[in-house]
Amino acid sequence: MSKLVITSIGPASSVQDGGRPGSQRYGLVPSGAMDRLALAAANTLVGNELFAAAVEIGPFGAAFTARGGAVRIALSGASRNADIAGRPVAIDTSATLADGETLTLGFARSGSFSYLAIEGGIAGEPDFGSLAVNARAGLGSPYPRPLQSGDELQTKPASGAPERRIEQPATAEAPIRIVWGPQDDEFGDDAKKLFIDSEWKISATSDRMGYRLEGSVIKHLHGHNIVSDGTVNGSLQVPGNGQPIVLMPDRGTTGGYPKIATVISADFGRFAQTSAGRVFRFKAVSMAEAQAAARRFWELLRSLPDRLRSIESFDLNIDALQDANVAGYAVSAVDATTWQVASPADVSGPD
Amino acid sequence: MAATLPPPRLLPSGDSAITVEFSRNIDDAANGRVLALDRAMAATPIEGVTETVPTYRSLLVHYDPVRISFEALGEQILALAQLPVPEATKARRWRIPVVYGGEHGVDLEDVAKTLKTTPDDIVARHVAGDYRVAMIGFTPGWSYLSGLAASMQMPRRQNPRLLTPAGTVSIGGVQTGVQCLAGPSGWHLLGQTAVRTYQLHRDPTFLLEPGDAITFVPVDSKTFAEQDRAAAAGEIVAELMPS
Repeated sequence: MSKLVITSIGPASSVQDGGRPGSQRYGLVPSGAMDRLALAAANTLVGNELFAAAVEIGPFGAAFTARGGAVRIALSGASRNADIAGRPVAIDTSATLADGETLTLGFARSGSFSYLAIEGGIAGEPDFGSLAVNARAGLGSPYPRPLQSGDELQTKPASGAPERRIEQPATAEAPIRIVWGPQDDEFGDDAKKLFIDSEWKISATSDRMGYRLEGSVIKHLHGHNIVSDGTVNGSLQVPGNGQPIVLMPDRGTTGGYPKIATVISADFGRFAQTSAGRVFRFKAVSMAEAQAAARRFWELLRSLPDRLRSIESFDLNIDALQDANVAGYAVSAVDATTWQVASPADVSGPD
Repeated sequence: MAATLPPPRLLPSGDSAITVEFSRNIDDAANGRVLALDRAMAATPIEGVTETVPTYRSLLVHYDPVRISFEALGEQILALAQLPVPEATKARRWRIPVVYGGEHGVDLEDVAKTLKTTPDDIVARHVAGDYRVAMIGFTPGWSYLSGLAASMQMPRRQNPRLLTPAGTVSIGGVQTGVQCLAGPSGWHLLGQTAVRTYQLHRDPTFLLEPGDAITFVPVDSKTFAEQDRAAAAGEIVAELMPS
């Protein structure tokens, strides 16, 4: 058995997979990866199931050391410097650590979360069919909490398969698309127009439960309390202070603030990757357009195995050089206060 | 009667869920229709529906937009929602032991003061109630109960607490509730139960179902401590009453 030993890791890093849907009626949220496309791409590179468990790595750096044998890995999601014993590793490629070698990851440069998939998966005991960490519910395996230095992830020895890269569509800088509702009638037309016309940023007080938005103050028509109802990933709830909170995969299953809109499922991962402090906008689309986008997103997921390419040293060097050049001056917009324990989505309690 | 049932509102919750809203308020009749639709959808599965989440006044229906569209699912839901609400099937009834006041219910005395009565009277009123699980949400096992006496209804705390104990039994607005996990809450804390409404690796993992009937039984802190040890070992210390 090979294993990856975590030699250093920042907050907001945990084992995540496709999550555990099916028990929201009992208050258990599915959790799972913030960016499912990146999770699926990383897994595809090493021949795993699309939504197999991988390490979701937050905006900070991390290091992993192979023990007991070689370990084959792949990285996708947020771009960052990566190397194995000094050999550069590009995002969206696979690579192999020989026994004793260390994979070192820098801070996220664009995006927030990278996914480290491990060939053969992460050994663990699933609960409700998932290894995803949900610390509040005491769920997750092999550790029911975010990862810490010294943790070990057991896996299979590297197969020796040739390394691959994966071609993904270019990341759009387009606005984040929403559909109105379910409670947009709690807001006037002027408030909805302000929501769409405003520039927004993700606040530093954000986490896997909720992203707090900074921008305009969105006023309610009838006050900010509604009778609790169900939430989804991407619910845009507006609490009393008028600063919207977007609910993320560790959200409460129900909530008592009016929800003006919902991020469409095809854009949710892209939204989750928005770094703290970066300016973005929302765009309202019809249900038909949102559902067409959901179908295209599903087609993209299905097409991932067809997007694998062999690595020629040329590709690798260009990517790595670009990464190194950018890293020379780019600094992540996040700081250590960003991924904190108490969640803004959490402070109000049950409704 | 069936013909007069007003249709629920179908509110989009993104492209993969519909909020089926029967009322904007906490309303027992609406909750009855929510639970009836939930049962109907379980009995007649619709292709593409992945899970349903009943709440006081609405049913959140999660679905896969690759398999069914908003319009097609909405039509089927409206048809099911128009079916007459069956006589409530005989609800399961649970007796849940609670130790009231002191460190287990730090707000009991303040609640009594606010309502101009004694802590004992508050306990007597809370124990006299006949409650229903209206919904389970927020965190695993957090059970929201309807049926709180009007004489005990009071606004929530101005400043929610960031941490309240596991097993807390509390009141807030027109509701009372049993929470399983420690967590934030703006409700008034009356007591604590050893009953775990959610416990991993126990059968069943989730003890209560929406629609279950609940009565509370006062116990002393020594009994609570014994029950808490038993519950930690996986015993179900709530009593299921013969129906």
